[in-house]
Amino acid sequence: MEWLVPFILTVITASTPLLLAASGELVTEKSGVLNLGVEGMMLVGAIAGFAVTASSGSAILGILAAVVAGVLMSLIFAFLTLSLMANQVATGLALTIFGIGFSALVGSKFVGFAIDPLPALSIPGISAIPVIGPILFGQDFLVYLSIAVVIGVGWFLAKSRAGLVLKAVGDSHHSAHAIGYSVIKIRYLATMFGGAMAGLGGAYLSLSYTPMWAENMTAGRGWIALALVVFATWRPGRLLAGAYMFGLISVMQLHAQGAGIHVPSQFMSMLPYLATVIVLVIISSDRAKIRLNAPACIGQAFRPAQ
Amino acid sequence: MNASFMKRTIAAVAAVGALATGMGAAQAEDVKVGFVYVGPIGDHGWSYRHDIGRQAIEAELGAETSYVESVPEGADAERVIRQMAQTGHNLIFTTSFGYMNPTEKVAKQFPNVKFEHATGYKRADNLSTYAARFYEGRYVAGVIAGKMTKSNIVGYVGSFPIPEVVRGINSFMMGAWSVNPDVKVKIVWANTWYDPGKEGDAAKALIDQGADIMVQHTDSPAPLQVAENRGVLGFGQASDMIKFAPKAQLTAIVDNWDSYYVARAKAVADGTWESMDTWGGINTGMVELAPYTNMPDDVKALAEETAAKIASGEFHPFTGPIYDQAGELRVKEGEVADDGMLLGMDWYIKGIDAELPK
Repeated sequence: MEWLVPFILTVITASTPLLLAASGELVTEKSGVLNLGVEGMMLVGAIAGFAVTASSGSAILGILAAVVAGVLMSLIFAFLTLSLMANQVATGLALTIFGIGFSALVGSKFVGFAIDPLPALSIPGISAIPVIGPILFGQDFLVYLSIAVVIGVGWFLAKSRAGLVLKAVGDSHHSAHAIGYSVIKIRYLATMFGGAMAGLGGAYLSLSYTPMWAENMTAGRGWIALALVVFATWRPGRLLAGAYMFGLISVMQLHAQGAGIHVPSQFMSMLPYLATVIVLVIISSDRAKIRLNAPACIGQAFRPAQ
Repeated sequence: MNASFMKRTIAAVAAVGALATGMGAAQAEDVKVGFVYVGPIGDHGWSYRHDIGRQAIEAELGAETSYVESVPEGADAERVIRQMAQTGHNLIFTTSFGYMNPTEKVAKQFPNVKFEHATGYKRADNLSTYAARFYEGRYVAGVIAGKMTKSNIVGYVGSFPIPEVVRGINSFMMGAWSVNPDVKVKIVWANTWYDPGKEGDAAKALIDQGADIMVQHTDSPAPLQVAENRGVLGFGQASDMIKFAPKAQLTAIVDNWDSYYVARAKAVADGTWESMDTWGGINTGMVELAPYTNMPDDVKALAEETAAKIASGEFHPFTGPIYDQAGELRVKEGEVADDGMLLGMDWYIKGIDAELPK
């Protein structure tokens, strides 16, 4: 069982970027905005974080830059879809394509740069406890942050007044507007939170997971994050479980190969997606349930003067 | 009928025109060279190295070059290649295996444009092929790994089980066994050429299972970087990755297309270009080994000696007797594997304890 601890560590790191980006997108979608630009925002966050860290030597500045970059990207989206009422699906796709190109352009100067990975937490004595030590107390702080964010989002949506308002905006923007809430402002904020978390997820990739910049280095993780939100039926608890399950399956297949278990690797690569489809089918079979959680106004533009 | 006649007439007129300008040319400045890349030039791997070659043409000949990156292998590729042929390029390099059929098709339509396709096998009067014998570098890497491993387990991150990669694994292991018969290899297929996160995870899985040498046949520096962070050793891929792993990189198998590209562009300028098939190894400079680092002097000397022997032709990595996993004799004692066998290699040599995915 010697391999178990490093295995769990790898699963946690593989899940963290998904968790960060997906919890941001969950909040965005709960407010009724569908931002398909997660992949693009993650990439811009990744290069912003890497560029600033490589230039300044400070990972903290890099992480802040990634958050800011993610927010700026989401503001482009918010301005186009919320203020100018452009189609959200098309704008989100455009944001992803823009993000891929823009990050590559900025990043071309940073190809081949090496930086130190984010330091892992180290509490003398405690981090050295076998099994529990390295898993619970030996991660870098973005890992802890990602879990804190999910818990925070769960609390916010379920318990806080602001969270209820946000859900109301996502479920029926006209009603929320009639009661006197500023639909557009709330959606702006939710979209910006999504951008910030996507930027952070990207920064986790370029600063900790594989500390380097490479074009298109998210390799589709933004899309997996989007799938995760639906997979979790917009519930933070399920999102946490789903992200770790995705991480587990993708890492498990690599371990199985190394251990000489003869399962076709293509089949193993397919597993995470197969699992998504199966779970989606199971969840969707209960129509009442999915309707209860899905924001009713998702993807719809809000025109107040009607 | 009419349309096809018109097409042929236009083609003939174009041909005469090209011939006329071609005769007067013989100037490097008049050569316009196009490149089609399968990945982004920022991958620090395969496409990046081809682009370094493109820059060498500009620097040494002053010729005009252009490139299109991240072109998917398929219908898009044909469109990109045709576009290049139509916009006055006289020489077009298509740098991925999957461009073979599109390149052949466009080459037929533009007989006056010279085409060069990397790693393929379809040739025509205006279509050359070229590739590099990376397995030579992998044999040298294997020798180093055999000397340096303490756990006797080597971790190998593969992309896809195609002959190029399988040949590399076989060559690497023959090198390792030549100095240390106890070495075992664990192979993980990432099923991607380029996904830093997944490549890194594959490397972590292998190290967790006891590997203390990391070899990769995928394009990003991630596996080597993982090796660095976990305190094991490894080899760079496609370009010198020492910056990512100053304490871990033993050497890197570097693709160097510079001299080939410059020579071919020059040949077009001189009018001496001919269709041919090039498969260059260490001797031509196409396969380079990055400086040997993080190893004792005797291992370094052995690596240098092995590379020199391969370069001079004194030694061939695939020298018989070579058995496959089923125990069948594939190369007889004293003979070397011919290029046909190497190019189509879809079997592991005896001793590799893994099943080749079909």
